[in-house]
Amino acid sequence: MDSNIPKKNAFTKESLKKQFRLSEFLAEKIISSVAFLSIAIIVLIFVFVFKESLPIFNFGEKEAPKTEIGVNSDSKPESYRAAPMEDLKPESYGTEPIEELKPETYGAEPITQEDLKPETYGDVQAESTVASSEQSPALGPENNEGADKTWSTFLTTEWVPVSEHPRFGLIALLIGTLKVTVIAMLIAGPLAILAALYTSCFASKRAKEIIKPIIEMLAAFPSVVIGFFALIVLASFFQNIFGYDSRLNAFVGGVAMALAAIPIIYTISEDALSAIPKTYTEASLALGASKWQTAFFVTLPAATPGIFAALLLGVGRVFGETMIALMATGNAALLSANPFESVRTFAATIGAEMAETVFGETHYSVLFFIGSLLFIFSFVLNAVAEFYVKGRLIKKFQGK
Amino acid sequence: MKDIKIEVNDLSLYYGEKKALKDISMIIPSNKVTALIGPSGCGKSTFLRCINRMNDLIPNVTITGQMLVEGVDIYDKNVDVVNIRKKIGMVFQKSNPFPKSIYENVAYGPRINGIKDKKQLDEIVETSLRQAAIWDELKDRLDDSAMGLSGGQQQRLCIGRTLAVSPDIILMDEPASALDPISTSKIEELIHELKEQYTIIIVTHNMQQAARTSDYTAFFYLGELIEMDKTKSIFTKPSKKQTEDYITGRFG
Ligand SMILES: Nc1ncnc2c1ncn2[C@@H]1O[C@H](COP(=O)(O)OP(=O)(O)OP(=O)(O)O)[C@@H](O)[C@H]1O
Ligand SMILES: [Mg+2]
Repeated sequence: MDSNIPKKNAFTKESLKKQFRLSEFLAEKIISSVAFLSIAIIVLIFVFVFKESLPIFNFGEKEAPKTEIGVNSDSKPESYRAAPMEDLKPESYGTEPIEELKPETYGAEPITQEDLKPETYGDVQAESTVASSEQSPALGPENNEGADKTWSTFLTTEWVPVSEHPRFGLIALLIGTLKVTVIAMLIAGPLAILAALYTSCFASKRAKEIIKPIIEMLAAFPSVVIGFFALIVLASFFQNIFGYDSRLNAFVGGVAMALAAIPIIYTISEDALSAIPKTYTEASLALGASKWQTAFFVTLPAATPGIFAALLLGVGRVFGETMIALMATGNAALLSANPFESVRTFAATIGAEMAETVFGETHYSVLFFIGSLLFIFSFVLNAVAEFYVKGRLIKKFQGK
Repeated sequence: MKDIKIEVNDLSLYYGEKKALKDISMIIPSNKVTALIGPSGCGKSTFLRCINRMNDLIPNVTITGQMLVEGVDIYDKNVDVVNIRKKIGMVFQKSNPFPKSIYENVAYGPRINGIKDKKQLDEIVETSLRQAAIWDELKDRLDDSAMGLSGGQQQRLCIGRTLAVSPDIILMDEPASALDPISTSKIEELIHELKEQYTIIIVTHNMQQAARTSDYTAFFYLGELIEMDKTKSIFTKPSKKQTEDYITGRFG
């Protein structure tokens, strides 16, 4: 009986009072601050990238001070760290260095563009030159900061960042990026998912233990190696098969990027497929379904949320892939529906041109703007993956 | 035992080296309910899974002996395991509906058998769910996810799903073990009605359930079939001491 009394006491308000546990408190604080820090870092990166692209959005406002000095004194001390700017300006601004840079760095491009223009963009070209020539006298040829001009060229198809009348047509880049992404996903998606389905539903344990690490190892393959492989081997191989003109093109780039995306899609879909409870498989087999029917009509549908997420991550990888794009896509900002034409992707544009732009110049800002676009895109992609997957999972496994 | 549905001759099963079923020989009659009882780990589920060859899925399983279903040895090399399973349905201990709608769960079996006509499918779904005594509860929510049903409803849905492929034999592995008394009695009634058309083999730990639902009872112990007889005789005057001990609750 006595032993009951302290037990009853165990449920008094006193004994149930919240206790302060230091280690738990610390762990919680550390975890939450680390989480907060990483979120903050991501946000800061975005803010930085976006801020660098801001000058191109300065419509109208900065129209009056058209000279460079005026613009600089207005906006730069605010938006950029002052000290390095002061140092850089004398070097990099002024017309001569730019004039000098052009032949070196974009040696090939201005020429090809000059060459290509009459052929490929007969009409568009004419229009846009008219447009730019209309604007250029008003702003002056030297003025690269013409914000509204930059902005208005975004929706054109020409990417001519370094010229007297720079044009930053993002459409061709966007189409190029989409083209490569679509090609890569059309190849990587089915292959990776089928491979995952095979390993999770059919392969023996032994085979699975061999196949999975090998494909996953591909994920750690440096993309420069894949790009190199595409550049040297794939390009010639496909040229022999399809007989197209430009050796490096969207298709070759897409195939190479598929190689990079397959391991990601494979790994995540394989995990999703393997996580499907065995009871579903058993139930289906017990109903007289064959292994294939079970895999396709039970396991695969049950794993759709995970596979969808895998595909989105694959898209993200391809979209942001720089090195392979640089090496295998030909890097010509052409606008065409032909998959065997060269293309230039967003990421490759940044990769190729960032080192050669002038700090603070419009071109520089536009590249950062493209960076922001990439960032926003992958953010949206991940958000969609997250919410879609969560929604579907909840619906599937808990009923409505 | 006039109509013999299943005849088992010297069936042994090894999980790797371990002999889990030891020379089982028995006869299971048509259109009757046969209960398998015995202490945990004695091989009831293993035996049940031999009947529709579910043990094929487990690596390192060796089976010797004969399992004749209507005179056909289902372990013969020329027998297609998929066809076996179409004839021999199975309800699992833990209800396992697919993460699909209620309708799709039931229509899945007929679909993989090539039935595409929507009307025909609708009909099969309705009759199967009626047979499983759950049509009235579910008829207005056929498009809802089956995962949102209660455990008892899920189990009856699984029974309906099994019935939809119209098997000859239904194997049930403790179908009511996770259910409340009401759902349990519903399933027992169901078993009673189904035996007109089907041969039913049910594993159960519940002696009353075995006594209530079955016509024949087989007692397993440590991988051996100790005895099999009419349920009445097993529960009133078992011929083996072990059976009596188990039924009266002295062990197991
Ligand atoms: N997949 C397996 N691999 C190895 N041994 C197994 C496997 N499944 C079952 N066994 C063993 O075979 C024996 C019989 O198991 P089984 O599941 O048939 O028992 P049971 O009679 O159904 O028991 P319960 O009433 O608890 O369900 C047990 O000793 C078990 O450990
Ligand atoms: Mg069991």
